Formats: sequence, C-alpha cells, structure tokens
Amino acid sequence: MAFDYEKYIRPGKLPHIWCPGCGHGIVMKGLIRAIDKCGLSKNRTAIISGIGCASRLPGYVDFNTVHTAHGRAAAFATGMKMADPGLTVLCVGGDGDGVAIGGNHFIHACRRNIDITYIIMNNHIYGMTGGQFSPCTPTDGFASTTPYGNPDPVFDIAKLAIGAGATFVARTTAYHANQIDKMIVEGIQHKGFSVIEILDCCPTSYGRRNKFRSVVEMMKQHKELAVPVTAAAKMTPEDLQGKIITGILHQEEKPEYCEQYARLIDKVQAQTAGKG
Amino acid sequence: MAKKTALIQGNEACAHAAIYAGCTFFAGYPITPSSEIAEVLSKELPKIGGKFIQMEDEIAAMAAIIGASLCGHKVMDASSGPGMSLKQELIGYACIAEIPCVIVNVMRGGPSTGMPTGPSQSDVMQARWGTHGDHATIAVAPASCQEIFSETVRAFNLAETYRMPVQILMDEIVAHMREKIVFPEPGELEILNRQLPAVSPADYKPFDTSFGDVPPLAAMGSNYRYHVTGLNKAPDGFPTTTAELVDAEERRQLRKVEANASAIEKNEEYLVDDAEIIILAFGITSRSARFAVDNLRKEGVRAGLFRPITLWPFPEKRVAGLAGQVKAIIVPEMNLGQLIHEVERVVKGSCKLAGLGRVDGEPITPYQIIDKVKEVL
Ligand SMILES: Cc1ncc(C[n+]2csc(CCOP(=O)(O)OP(=O)(O)O)c2C)c(N)n1
Ligand code: SF4
Ligand SMILES: [Mg+2]
Repeated sequence: MAFDYEKYIRPGKLPHIWCPGCGHGIVMKGLIRAIDKCGLSKNRTAIISGIGCASRLPGYVDFNTVHTAHGRAAAFATGMKMADPGLTVLCVGGDGDGVAIGGNHFIHACRRNIDITYIIMNNHIYGMTGGQFSPCTPTDGFASTTPYGNPDPVFDIAKLAIGAGATFVARTTAYHANQIDKMIVEGIQHKGFSVIEILDCCPTSYGRRNKFRSVVEMMKQHKELAVPVTAAAKMTPEDLQGKIITGILHQEEKPEYCEQYARLIDKVQAQTAGKG
Repeated sequence: MAKKTALIQGNEACAHAAIYAGCTFFAGYPITPSSEIAEVLSKELPKIGGKFIQMEDEIAAMAAIIGASLCGHKVMDASSGPGMSLKQELIGYACIAEIPCVIVNVMRGGPSTGMPTGPSQSDVMQARWGTHGDHATIAVAPASCQEIFSETVRAFNLAETYRMPVQILMDEIVAHMREKIVFPEPGELEILNRQLPAVSPADYKPFDTSFGDVPPLAAMGSNYRYHVTGLNKAPDGFPTTTAELVDAEERRQLRKVEANASAIEKNEEYLVDDAEIIILAFGITSRSARFAVDNLRKEGVRAGLFRPITLWPFPEKRVAGLAGQVKAIIVPEMNLGQLIHEVERVVKGSCKLAGLGRVDGEPITPYQIIDKVKEVL
C-alpha cells in the first residue's frame, strides 16, 4: 500500500511555496516517513526551523512547530529540549541558516551533545533571497553575489559537526530519497546531537546560474558523485576528490546534555537535603 | 516568626525574586554588570529542579528562553549594553509571537563596549524601540534592593498576564549596591501565571482573541499542537499577508498595553501636591532627587519628586496632569537626554522643562539637581 503522507500534513496548508524541482519537498517526505517509522507521537514531537525556503517545512507538517528567526533554530530547540527533555526535538533548515548565520549555535549544540536531530538541507545557496552565495557554494561557482565566480572556500558540514562534537553525523542526497528516511530514523534513535546533511537542489537560484539545464541534471550529478561510506573506505584520497561520501559518517556514545543536567539536579538536591 | 532579612546586592535580590515569582528557566551569557544574576541562578535553580544554561551568546540566550517559555516555563535572561543590542531581533520575536519572558538589562554606558563598570541610564529608548517594527513595550525601573525584588516579581506577572517580553532596567548602582531587604513570605506577593486554554485541543488557536486581547497560551508538548512564526500571523498562528488580518493583529498587540496602561503603570510621588517644581527621575537618580527635594524644601522651595517605576508605558496622563499644576519639571538622567523627550511629548509646553544629563560614569548628585532647580526657577 502506498505510504499515507496525508496523515502528517496539516489540512489546508498545501500547496507549499517551493519551486517545481526544489529538493526540499523530497526531504519533507523523507522526514515524514522517518517519523512514521519511529512511531513518534504528534503531540510529543517538535520541529524547529530558522528562516529560508528549507525553513518553511514546519508550517506544512502536523506537529508542534516553531518557525524561528534566521539561524536560530538550534538555540530555540536547545531551550525547548532543556525545558522538556521528554519531547522529541528536530531541527530543519538550509545551509545558510544552519552554518552561516547559525554556525555558532550549530557548533555549540554539537558540543553539548543535546538530544536533538538536526536535518540540514544543503542546496549550496541562499535560495529564498534569490541566490546569493552561502558558505556551501562551491568555489568558483556562480551566485547573484559572485558574478565572477565564488572566491570563498567551502564548509564541509559533516566535518564541522564531527569536529564540534556531534555524536551522530550522516550525509545523503535528495537523489537517494530512500536513504533520507533511513538516515533520519538512525538520527532520531541516536541519543545525542545528530546531524543529517542532505545535499539537495535549488534549480531556481543555483542550477540556473551554474549551467544545469534541468533539475534532473542536478540530481544526476548527486547520483554520480555519491560514494557510500563503505566503498569510500577502500578508495584513495585522490579517487575521492570531488566525491560525496554518503551514509553514517560518524557515530559514538557520549553523555547527553539533558541527562547530564538531570544528574546535576539530583546531586544538588541530595546535597541540599543533606543539609536539612 | 520574624521575617527573613538579608543584606544583599541588587542583582542578588533580582535573582531570588525570580525564583519567588516562579522562574524555572534561565539562559544567559556573562556580561558586567549583570553577571551576578546568572551566578546566583546557576546555584539556586537546580535546587528547585529548575534549569540554568549558559549559552554561546546573547542571541542564543534569548532564543533559549523563548523556547523554554513556549514549553510552559517562566523564564528570564539578564544582560547589558552590547548583549542587549544583540538580543533585539529576538525580543521582537517574543513580541510578535507573544511569548512571555523577562529580560534584565543592567545598563552600562555606550555605544559599543562603552563603560562596562560605570553606571548609566542610557537604554531608556532602546528598551522602547530597540527591536524593529511597531510593538508594545513594558519596562520597569526599580530604585532599591527591596524594590528590585518586588518589581522583578511584578515583571514576571506582567509578562505572563500580557503574554509578552518585559524588561527590567537597572543601573549599575542599584544592581551592585547592598541594602537590607525583607524577603516576602510565600503568598505575600501576588504571583500570576499565563492563561491556559479552556477550549479543547481541536478548537485551540494560539492567537484566538475571542477571550480578549491576550490569547491563552498552551505549552508546546501538551496536547495542544500549534505553529509559531515570526511572520505576521493569523489567529491560527500561520503566516498571513491578508491586509485586514495583519492590521488587526498589529493593532491588538499595541492595544494589549495601551488599553491596560493604568493597570501596568506604577509611580511614586513625593511632596507633589503643593509643588511648584517637580523633579522627574527614576532608578538611582531618583534617590539623589529625593535628597535634593528635602534640601530644597528646607530652603523654602516647594519641590516634589515624581518617580516612574514603570518607564514603559510612560505614565503620560499623570505627567500631563502634573505639568498643568507646576512651573517647571526637571529631568535628571544618566544619559544625554532620553526620557526627557517623552516628558516633552506629554507636557506639550504647558510648563518649563529642563534636562540634566550625566554620562561620565558618575551618578548625578543631589547638589547638581539643586543647582539646576535654582537655575530654572
Ligand atoms: C537576520 C536575517 N538576515 C537575513 C535574512 C534574509 N534571509 C532570509 S532567508 C536567507 C537565506 C536562506 O538560505 P538557506 O538557509 O540556505 O535556505 P534556502 O532558502 O536555501 O532553503 C536570508 C539571507 C533574514 N531573514 N534575517
Ligand atoms: S528558490 Fe530554490 S530553495 Fe527556494 S523553493 Fe525555489 S528551488 Fe527551492
Ligand atoms: Mg540554501
């Protein structure tokens, strides 16, 4: 039987604002399938976003949803998770939102290892504002503010997350739609801060300027460049040049932030009780 | 039983009052001269099962308290100068999304790093207009340690009652001076909580105005599922650009405060009934002004003190009334003229008006005020 997305879509909130061919819709469907697989309760799940095309996702899905300010999703989510540690908290947003303006919150959420799953839709561009370059726009790539080609180096979001202390880091692409829900399920089930980077495509603001004749071409490129992490392990760095390594790139067990704080409360209360 | 008393600092009084008011969540980022508030709460909150988190910057601290408030906690954050500048965007978020929170600003001189350890009263206008766009503002300005306690409790009550951010403006002197305070007994000061929905989850709308201008707010994660955005929104919480809805929502948010101004306003008046000249001052400056009034009275000058405890909304009716009965109003403030603009707007030339500003990191003395009064009369 076909999967019933309707169950999780807010009545009357579609059509969405995304352009035809935008990858964000593929991610939204993957997220819904993942939530369904995890059997999360609608009332006990919160989805927090920043600002951008990707960040419009929460408005369409039937959970507790907060569309915050540009870059601030991780910080809002941290407050919510601390306030109600039993709540399943997910963040969604774009590359610009997550690692440009929100970069500081992102790395500190990784460091705290707070039990939040952060889904970052990396379309290599500021889509919503008309295609200015982001920290994930390829060097020499074209954007509305890099008319001569992008002079900036690129952020590797997964490496950034691992370096900052995230305990689950995975990557896939919008082409690999079936992997999206698998990775998100793993991320949700992992205790700690989980980052799932999904390379997706913005035909309108990125594709158009970078000689992709269609969104199909953009997706084909993701398909061709993707190398599963197991295969990558057998390849040389030269062979991996320019490739996109997909799958679970990093997973480890470390104390989770809210649990640490709960232990702190227990310790303090035991001490105060002792003092009578 | 004798009441509990203590010799404590203003910032400490503020932190203890937060707990008295029911605060269970504090997020902050260290900055002089506000840090003691965070320090005390990092110690006290875990004792009552509350949460303290030091965030990576002031923007994150604002975000965290808004998030925690949405989940049903009473929340606070404290900062100063540069930190307050960073918070402005999210103060606006709390305004439009109507999320109760208390923000303490222990004012220091500026702009920029300014004078981290010097007293100042230069954020009067920032408190009112710091975030962009039209919005209502509530700000209180206590002048003693005891009053810091009671006004902090009141700030929480106002935030919860009107579903909006409330700022506590203190200067470094009231924040750092030590005075004896008498701790109110539990139940002695009124504690108010946000209105929770009375309707079923299916009928709940986060900005439903059928209950008045302040819609009930459900905790996220309870059985009420809803959407919050910083975009202009319809009563159901979803973004809208429909002209009539945007207009109605914007006006309602101002009306929450305007229509309730008399319930929110709080002033202290000292010897104003027969006064020919009034000194209008708040915070630590009001204490110099009171001393000046006593001395002027001894010299036969009929001086009085008007002290706004609520700076925003500004007590415009009362000030306009007083302006009609006196020769002059003097506005001493530790900045180069901020509150005086508001007084001028209200007085509309019906009496003489003179300002007295000081920004060198020293408080305004009673003698400066006395000299100013003699110069004006
Ligand atoms: C403080 C602030 N600065 C700038 C903006 C303008 N702005 C809105 S969305 C956006 C970029 C979004 O890009 P990204 O996060 O990559 O999401 P996408 O639209 O590509 O999905 C910018 C710069 C804003 N809303 N707020
Ligand atoms: S501009 Fe780009 S990111 Fe935004 S909706 Fe269109 S295709 Fe998607
Ligand atoms: Mg983007």
